[in-house]
Amino acid sequence: MRTICFYFQVHQPFRLKPYRFFDIGEDHHYWDDFLNRNVIRKVAQKCYLPMNTLLFELINQYRGKFKVAFSLSGTFLDQMEAYAPEVLESFQKLVATGHVELLNETYTHSLASLKSKEEFQALVRKHQERIKELFGGYTPKVFRNTELIYSDQIGAMVADMGYEAILTEGAKHILGWKSPNYVYSSANVQKLKVLLKNFLLSDDIAFRFSNKTWADYPLTTEKFVNWINAIPKEEQVLNLFMDYETFGEHQWEETGIFEFMRHLPEAVFKHSNFSFSTPSEVAAEVSPVSKIHVPVPISWADEERDLTAWLGNDMQDEAFDRLYELEKLVRNIDDPEIKRDWGYLQTSDHFYYMCTKFFSDGSVHEYFSPYDTPYDAFINFMNVLSDFMLRVKQKTAALQS
Amino acid sequence: MRVLMFGWEFPPHISGGLGTACYGLVKGMNHHNQQVIFVVPKLWGDEEPMADFVNASDVRIDYREKRFKKFWKNLTYLEVSSFLVPYLGPEEFKKFTDYAIHDRTDVDESIFSNKFEFSGKYGKNLLEEVSRYALVAAQIARDKDNFDIIHAHDWLAFPAGIAAKEISGKPLVVHVHATEFDRSGETVNQPVYDIERAGMHAADHVVAVSQLTKNIIVRKYGIPASKITVLHNAVLDASIIKSEYEKKVPEKIVTFLGRITFQKGPEYFVEAAKKVIDRDPNVRFVMAGSGDLLNRMIDRVAELRMATRFHFTGFLKGDDVDHMYAISDVYVMPSVSEPFGIAPLEAVRHNTPVIISKQSGVAEVLRNAIKVDFWDVDAMADAIFALLHYDGISRMFKELGSEELKKLKWEHVAAKLVTVYEKTLAERS
Repeated sequence: MRTICFYFQVHQPFRLKPYRFFDIGEDHHYWDDFLNRNVIRKVAQKCYLPMNTLLFELINQYRGKFKVAFSLSGTFLDQMEAYAPEVLESFQKLVATGHVELLNETYTHSLASLKSKEEFQALVRKHQERIKELFGGYTPKVFRNTELIYSDQIGAMVADMGYEAILTEGAKHILGWKSPNYVYSSANVQKLKVLLKNFLLSDDIAFRFSNKTWADYPLTTEKFVNWINAIPKEEQVLNLFMDYETFGEHQWEETGIFEFMRHLPEAVFKHSNFSFSTPSEVAAEVSPVSKIHVPVPISWADEERDLTAWLGNDMQDEAFDRLYELEKLVRNIDDPEIKRDWGYLQTSDHFYYMCTKFFSDGSVHEYFSPYDTPYDAFINFMNVLSDFMLRVKQKTAALQS
Repeated sequence: MRVLMFGWEFPPHISGGLGTACYGLVKGMNHHNQQVIFVVPKLWGDEEPMADFVNASDVRIDYREKRFKKFWKNLTYLEVSSFLVPYLGPEEFKKFTDYAIHDRTDVDESIFSNKFEFSGKYGKNLLEEVSRYALVAAQIARDKDNFDIIHAHDWLAFPAGIAAKEISGKPLVVHVHATEFDRSGETVNQPVYDIERAGMHAADHVVAVSQLTKNIIVRKYGIPASKITVLHNAVLDASIIKSEYEKKVPEKIVTFLGRITFQKGPEYFVEAAKKVIDRDPNVRFVMAGSGDLLNRMIDRVAELRMATRFHFTGFLKGDDVDHMYAISDVYVMPSVSEPFGIAPLEAVRHNTPVIISKQSGVAEVLRNAIKVDFWDVDAMADAIFALLHYDGISRMFKELGSEELKKLKWEHVAAKLVTVYEKTLAERS
């Protein structure tokens, strides 16, 4: 069996509003409702709605032989429900076809896997429940961690929770001479299968598609099928993992990205012996070739494929450590608003905005950031966190008295 | 006494402390019934009619006057090489370069016209405006004969003062509110330094805003101490400000408020904050303002892992400045070099105890404040801790500080200035 496994990440953070020092202690609403709503509405029009329609058509046209997987973050689900219910409906319609798989992740697209097992598992369970509730009792079997962050240790935590497989990056420094186009098993827990992203072919679609200085521009379905035919025969699985916003948002409609996707299944079926599978099908049908050792966490971000987009500079580390100092206190507080804000503040994007790696991947960071500079991002986050700390302190004091 | 005074800005259109000081001084002179002809590059029309104002932009230059030749020469000479921009912060610099690139098309023609529209700001073509201002001053000095003495404020008006003196033969007093060494440290802007030095040497007498500034003038500009008089600045309004604004956080607040630049010593405030927070975590530090060292300070605060206790507000304007003073429990001004420094007096008006560096002129007049060397972060931390925890001392500073403020009146300054004029005129004759 040779198969292509498409997985799309759908995530939107709750962005913070400009929160001033003078607001600390007084204003407890942190979220930029206007901006967040606008982003969701805009991306819904450009990407979510047209691409969902296209996928629905393709699934019907090929009677389920074409299939994809999604991971929908909880912060995305919440915003979709509030700002674009028609998008939620269209996702429900897709899942109802039976040919769309949903993955689990942490509810708030958090970095908790690097800090606290307890918090990590709580956020995963919350995501499970929410998916179940919104998609007619659907229970995901495969896990994907925030930004495809993975290590042996994270693999063990995920296996503990009963998942069959986990997705991550086919990072060069982990694979060495090995190919990402196989199924591997986790180093510590044999039964957990690890699916690796083929970043060359994934990024040809996600990043290079409209790049006119790229030698292979323009990318056509013929070209793409030629490339996958050139993959050595014994390599079985091609994992194409990317942000869903690739379609219509990062690559605009005018680039022809929708037409490319519309015709890709046909070209694959006609000119190659590849089929399409979802991650759980791959995990069930393909046996692992070997163990993969990942002692230090990897991710799918930037050239380094490590954690330096979110953690590592002083601002990021300070913000991250101060936030998680509150974990135990928050757990004891039974207040829905504290719990909600605690979750939303963990979203990885807040730390991404504080990244100072200007020169290598800065342009990508800038594209995604609502702030002018990482310093602004840090100040704003810390002002909010300072207020949140005061609230946690007050609630804790109330509990004790 | 009739004084022909050259300034650069006048309230309400000011961007720095110079305009405020000129306002106070003129007000003080009025109190003693002295006549002041006050020249500014640009008048806006809404200035308080407290002097005989002359708008330099309205003065028509008689370019046939042979005695003006020298000033013309300066002008054409400077026109070529004035990419130097003293006084400009990063935001302003952007504004002015935008202005220079997009809006300014009049350069070539304006040299030969006999009237010049000054911007009166601190723009890219500042040096050009400064020397053109001198030309206007020469014209005014030729046309007017109803003054006894010339008084020029800071280097921007020094060439004007020199020109007026040369044309009229009347004595010149230059007033130093800040030197290039305060603005730039040891790496001075040479053309600006040269103008300052020329002004001080051409003057019959020099007025400095503090002993600190006087020492710099003696040491760096080669002026004999006997030619310099120290006249400290005063405050326009010494009344206590009662703010309705209330603090929203339970902790005490220690504030730095000013430009975040080398001159203001922000890094010493950050280091002192760390020492205090290590001892007492129930304090919040606030750095209010903007400047080229802001990002470096943010990095340092994150590195010291105290960002939930140390906050940045960005540039504050209007009511926010008052609110900031109002909620502060301690105000710190750790300036590396501050000719005077009016901000601590504002803090005193808000009943906030202050810590100031010994390297500030205001330390010479404010007795009821803690004074530390700007580099001595241990002493600064001790002082902050003491003012936060020992109510006795902070209460004392609050009471005595406001008493002291009431004595800092511009009419006293003006009275002393009149004696300086009289002495200068007497030495002449």
